[in-house]
Amino acid sequence: MLTTTPTWRVAVTIGAMAVCEIACVIHADTAAAADYIAIPPGSLASVLANDAAPGATNIEAFSIRATPVTTSEYLGFVKSHREWQRGQAPAVFADASYLNTWRSSTLPADASQRQQPVTSVSWFAAQAFCETEGARLPTWLEWEYIAAADETKTDARSDPAWRARILSWYSQSSGKPPAAVGGVANVYGVRDVHGLIWEWVDDFNALLVSADSRNQGDPDKLQFCGAGAISLKDRDNYAVLMRIALLSSLNAADTTNNLGFRCARGGAAKISPATIPNGKNKP
Amino acid sequence: MKTTFSKSLKFVISGIVMILAMAYIMTSGGAVAATVVAKAAQDAKPIKISGDFGSPRGKPIKAILTSPPNVPPPTRRNYPAKVIVELEVIEKDMAISEGVSYTFWTFGGTVPGSFIRVRQGDTVEFHLKNHPTSKMPHNIDLHGVTGPGGGAASSFTAPGHESQFTFKALNEGIYVYHCATAPVGMHVANGMYGLILVEPPGGLPKVDHEFYVMQGDFYTTGKYREKGLQPFDMEKAIDERPTYVLFNGAEGSLTGDKALQVKTNETVRMFVGNGGPNLVSSFHVIGEIFDNVRSEGGSLVQHNVQTTLIPAGGAAVVEFHTEVPGSYVLVDHSIFRAFNKGALAIMKVNGPENKAIYSGKELDSVYLGDRSAPNLAAVTTAAAAAASGTLTVQEQSNAGKALFNGTCSVCHQANGEGLSGVFPPLAKSDYIAADPKRAIATVLHGLTGKVTVNGKEYNSVMPPMNQLNDDEVANILTYVLGNFGNTGGRITADEVKNIRAKPTTAAAPAH
Repeated sequence: MLTTTPTWRVAVTIGAMAVCEIACVIHADTAAAADYIAIPPGSLASVLANDAAPGATNIEAFSIRATPVTTSEYLGFVKSHREWQRGQAPAVFADASYLNTWRSSTLPADASQRQQPVTSVSWFAAQAFCETEGARLPTWLEWEYIAAADETKTDARSDPAWRARILSWYSQSSGKPPAAVGGVANVYGVRDVHGLIWEWVDDFNALLVSADSRNQGDPDKLQFCGAGAISLKDRDNYAVLMRIALLSSLNAADTTNNLGFRCARGGAAKISPATIPNGKNKP
Repeated sequence: MKTTFSKSLKFVISGIVMILAMAYIMTSGGAVAATVVAKAAQDAKPIKISGDFGSPRGKPIKAILTSPPNVPPPTRRNYPAKVIVELEVIEKDMAISEGVSYTFWTFGGTVPGSFIRVRQGDTVEFHLKNHPTSKMPHNIDLHGVTGPGGGAASSFTAPGHESQFTFKALNEGIYVYHCATAPVGMHVANGMYGLILVEPPGGLPKVDHEFYVMQGDFYTTGKYREKGLQPFDMEKAIDERPTYVLFNGAEGSLTGDKALQVKTNETVRMFVGNGGPNLVSSFHVIGEIFDNVRSEGGSLVQHNVQTTLIPAGGAAVVEFHTEVPGSYVLVDHSIFRAFNKGALAIMKVNGPENKAIYSGKELDSVYLGDRSAPNLAAVTTAAAAAASGTLTVQEQSNAGKALFNGTCSVCHQANGEGLSGVFPPLAKSDYIAADPKRAIATVLHGLTGKVTVNGKEYNSVMPPMNQLNDDEVANILTYVLGNFGNTGGRITADEVKNIRAKPTTAAAPAH
């Protein structure tokens, strides 16, 4: 499966760009006044070991949404972008379970749940939404950077309480819809990074550990767009590893009940229609 | 110009080489050419693969999957078929012990996962579905698959998605399957394992019962039996300190009403797996001897096995015949796991007793392992005195005291006061005073039923103490009569001997 998908992804991503360009041009001025938090630059020792950049990676200043995109916000998006309504979005951009909890293409499941994070959205859909805000999906490193924080520290990853909080969410079964956004803010003022949903990142398919996670030393992985050069550095940090495993299991058109997103702006990963946003923007 | 020249020169040279080669073949005659052809034909011949009985025949068959402890029926097929297996991954809260719940990740909604049964040579089309409510991606590695990752790399499945891959079951045997998604240990520790049986072409010998039992170790942040929803504890898992070691995913999954039920004179086959993630199982059925064991699930059959070792990620097939009715306890004979971590299951064998094989309890008596030498000095003295005919009441009483403390004080207490309502008092006893000699029969034959002592009614059982010899009984009773505020007196060995010689019926019902 994995040996063939990267090529496919590139192809459909270019397709998505074409769709998006139209939408983006029209709505460039109408970017919602969502709350974006400025994140100062810094460095991060990622749980992913990168042979190209061992040790800490520098993170440029960027800004990120304080909360994940809500159902209410997403409803506004599909109303103004009919092509992203359920039933309108082409299957190559959003799978059959896209927004499947909604009662209709413009009616979310329950009016009382509009402040919940939107889930069951594809990577393409998430990217298209962010572009209407003049934004993009955060990169994994940006996401990991803000996720390393707790209420008082920018890097709380060595704190057992930080890990325990993530794990307590893993150990809850997820038959019920997620709670509303607006949990406790971390030191940057960003909320709901842990304990609510999974979130798409821009380069989700470049994180891959392996479909069979026991093959990390296998030279085979070099076939995956060079992304195989990335593997786990901090193996104890399985709490984060599991998020990476989830992201690794996905294709860009996939949706799941627990997967939503938030958008980011600025930083190293500038938006540009020429960029193929799957980690392959360099030849 | 230069390039063109050199290219054409090369062409000319290669043309010459070809001509020379052809000339060589032609001049060497037909033999060389024939050899070349023959070799090519040999290369093209398909390699014979053991266990491959050719293309699937008949209509595709949907595999019957069963929840533990049930095993699907035999395939009863004499040809290789295409078998479709549809296995669903569900993450759900279930009881791990009474009042304790745990978020299990399951293959088919149970721990261990659904039992899969196919025939050697079958082509298995495997569908792995990850339920939309799942949080995690999952995959499956079947140890019965020949191919990289045992299917894991082909079955990595996001929540709300389905993967499909196909394999041919080349080797017969009993195989573990499990999830191999990172972190693998956590997925396995959460219950993601099960068994797949690949029947030999002729099937397995018929038995009366087949059962599916699988051991696993579990790691919760709370202590053993600590109530409430218990999260997974990675530290304990890494340290290999399980909170629970269980058969079929929960304490009590195979006890009480859920015990395995069989009859006497039946044959039983158990497919016993061990999911781990960490521990190796010393699988034992208390009171049974395995007639046949396919240890490690392999083809070698071992006979007359008491305890079989089942590695983590391994399985065994054990077979035995039931003779004697009763409850048989399945344990991991690393025995603290059985009694302190839950690795315990019950098989109830129903049917008539077979006293020739096993009698049941024939004797229940007190055995004193703690009669150390110093305590018994008085007894030795008394025995010597009795032998020489110079035994005094005091010597008897001294010996009786040591014996009393060893034998009688457990119930009647060292001060002879007994326990009110349970064990009658010997101190200031109106019962003894009324008939001191009656006490001899009580000691020798025991006493069952109602008896009133010092105005209080007692209704229990004193077992016969007939393991004591005549001297010992005489000494104990002499001690009792002369102490605890009793009236005094002496019992001789001869008196004990006489009463022992009488039929027991005379003594007990009198009260």
